[in-house]
Amino acid sequence: MASTSASASVFEYAPAPESRSVVDIAPSYGLFIDGEFTEAADGKVFKTVSPSTEEVLSEIAQAGEADVDRAVKAARRAFEKWSALPGSERAKYLFRIARIIQERSRELAVLETLDNGKPIKETRDADLPLVAAHFFYYAGWADKLDHAGFGANPQPLGVAGQVIPWNFPLLMLAWKIAPALATGNTVVLKPAETTPLSALFFADICRQAGLPKGVVNILPGYGDSGAALVAHPDVNKVAFTGSTAVGKAIARQVAGTTKKVTLELGGKGANIVFDDAPIDQAVEGIVTGIFFNQGQVCCAGSRLLVQESIQDELLDSLKRRLSTLRLGDPLDKNTDIGAINSAEQLSRITTLVEQGEAEGAERWSPSCELPSSGYWFAPTLFTNVTQAHTIARDEIFGPVLSVLTFRTPEEAVAKANNSQYGLSAGIWTEKGSRILAVASKLRAGVIWSNTFNKFDPTSPFGGYKESGYGREGGRHGLEAYLDV
Amino acid sequence: MPTTAPAAAHSLGEVTASDSTLRRFLHGLPGVDAVGLEARAASLGTRSIKTTAKAYAIDLAISMVDLTTLEGADTAGKVRALGAKAVRPDPTDRTSPSTAAVCVYPDMVATAKEAVAGSSVKVASVATAFPAGRAALAVKLADVRDAVAAGADEIDMVIDRGAFLAGNYMKVYDEIVAVKEASGAARLKVIFETGELSTYDNIRRASWLGMLAGADFIKTSTGKVAVNATPANTLLMLEAVRDFRAQTGIQVGVKPAGGIRTSKDAIKFLVIVNETAGEDWLDNHWFRFGASSLLNDLLMQRQKLATGRYSGPDYVTVD
Repeated sequence: MASTSASASVFEYAPAPESRSVVDIAPSYGLFIDGEFTEAADGKVFKTVSPSTEEVLSEIAQAGEADVDRAVKAARRAFEKWSALPGSERAKYLFRIARIIQERSRELAVLETLDNGKPIKETRDADLPLVAAHFFYYAGWADKLDHAGFGANPQPLGVAGQVIPWNFPLLMLAWKIAPALATGNTVVLKPAETTPLSALFFADICRQAGLPKGVVNILPGYGDSGAALVAHPDVNKVAFTGSTAVGKAIARQVAGTTKKVTLELGGKGANIVFDDAPIDQAVEGIVTGIFFNQGQVCCAGSRLLVQESIQDELLDSLKRRLSTLRLGDPLDKNTDIGAINSAEQLSRITTLVEQGEAEGAERWSPSCELPSSGYWFAPTLFTNVTQAHTIARDEIFGPVLSVLTFRTPEEAVAKANNSQYGLSAGIWTEKGSRILAVASKLRAGVIWSNTFNKFDPTSPFGGYKESGYGREGGRHGLEAYLDV
Repeated sequence: MPTTAPAAAHSLGEVTASDSTLRRFLHGLPGVDAVGLEARAASLGTRSIKTTAKAYAIDLAISMVDLTTLEGADTAGKVRALGAKAVRPDPTDRTSPSTAAVCVYPDMVATAKEAVAGSSVKVASVATAFPAGRAALAVKLADVRDAVAAGADEIDMVIDRGAFLAGNYMKVYDEIVAVKEASGAARLKVIFETGELSTYDNIRRASWLGMLAGADFIKTSTGKVAVNATPANTLLMLEAVRDFRAQTGIQVGVKPAGGIRTSKDAIKFLVIVNETAGEDWLDNHWFRFGASSLLNDLLMQRQKLATGRYSGPDYVTVD
């Protein structure tokens, strides 16, 4: 499978694949409960495939209700000692985990690319460095909780049930597990059914780091495994990242219980480009905003709001830039656009894009050859989109950008905020005062100015409205795991 | 090969009608976000260029070198040696392409012409009181005419950075126009000394100023100051020539100079050319490297690709 790019001809980049041999994937994996890999009580298994080739990578034990109960009990047993450890002792484990992740980062990057379909360039340069950074960051908090602003000696909640999505499998695991362990909780985590492998490798890292048994339990499975975990009466804290529909179901499920909940759900981020923006960098930011991880990012800048006076110029530049994107083998170091994570997601994207066309929006993609096997979708741009179009309102979670226009800053703010979601936004202007004025009026949890999709463990992340509640990352991220 | 149309013919003629129109135009160019620009340059630097692509890039890079000696200690002997190397960079391998040019001071042009006679190698000469450019216009023009009379195919001039930083854009413009005229048929490379212009906004303005005045090439640096060519400032100048052609139909070349020493660096620059201005610039008529030590590293990498092993510095010529 060769990388394809419309522009390449004179200077055709030869394939530069990262070696697959750095990672050793076993033919089957069990559940990780109480420090041991074990089969599911009912013996159920499922297969995980590589989305770029549809090759079966491994067979995974599928957690049922009995396994959830076993894992929660193990976490409960471990909680007493783990939460009683001095913070500085918990920090040692977290620092150790962070260092092991760094040491094994090449292996984990290749693994994540195989299981998820995203380009190695991203797992190598974004996912893995951020994963390690998250563990380092929260390791630093573990012995300083008295000074986190929650009063003296804040207490952990107990057992955290965590359900994570497939778009950043290991990074979402880090966002969940690092603050939970730093604050003295124990965890049961369910990775997504299409991307269980990096979480299982993380289980091995926990053993390598000598983490006490039961502190971290990993239960691969489908939605029903997650639902069983959320419903378990001995879970004290539920943390979920995923779709708004499931998030709402979880909120209903835990209503009336003592469980503390954080939800990080969908988004329809507005990337606002004013006429005094640094155009070339704005184009880069738009590309990063919607084509990073094939647009399968909850905080993607999936709505481009461009000032009418520069619309033509900006769209010309954007189309030219999209023509240089290289789509193909995710393990090739020169690949910019990888595979869509699953057939199911591909079909959802396809349906919404067809709806966009049917509703009259104008569809454009660079000429781009898609590989014959695997799940692929070409980078796509829609113009003539209005607020009334489905593709301007619904989260597509794919490499599809809807372009809308505005005339004044007030109109930009009104349109950006006119969404059921409120997770992210971007502001592009060379005028500092405009950045501050617009940012203060946007109802979004994360606002980037003159950049997009930049992440840092010190920065809180979370949403307004149907994008969820609670914050992950930074000092704010501690609150979700403390009894305060 | 596309020819360069006279500057006056393009659609931006009115921009240079007066000091105020020129200033308004240059200050109306989109700003440059430094963080974003450098991030883009760094990300293109992570492209992995291997095997056939590497072989292509190395030969292309060799063919784009302006092999340079600009020392007070230059002698006829040194310039002859440089010329011989430019014509036949690798004496052990005749398949190696020649460099684009040799670049010397005006008084060495005649010697350089003899040294490269009969080959494709051009002779470029720095002029206009290089590198500071602090001399009267008459002196600068005499410098240029000397070099051209001695046979220079290309003139590398420096702009008056003092005038530019003082906001006296028209003075810089007029000087480039005058030098262009004095250069006659020689192609004119306009050096901005980006390290002294300091901001990316200034580099974008200088690029457009140079192109409006008729530059055939815009060039980053003299190689004589602390900060010379960087991936980011070269990327920015490539955006400028790309946009200028889109607007006027006139293609202008780019020459990063100074500080590019390894094949790895040179290949990064070629990736930036390929993915910014596009393949029309992947030709030594439109892109050059101002360098001296770079050539030997390119030759060693070329030998490595051909033979499968590193030869070492004793297997390339020291001049």
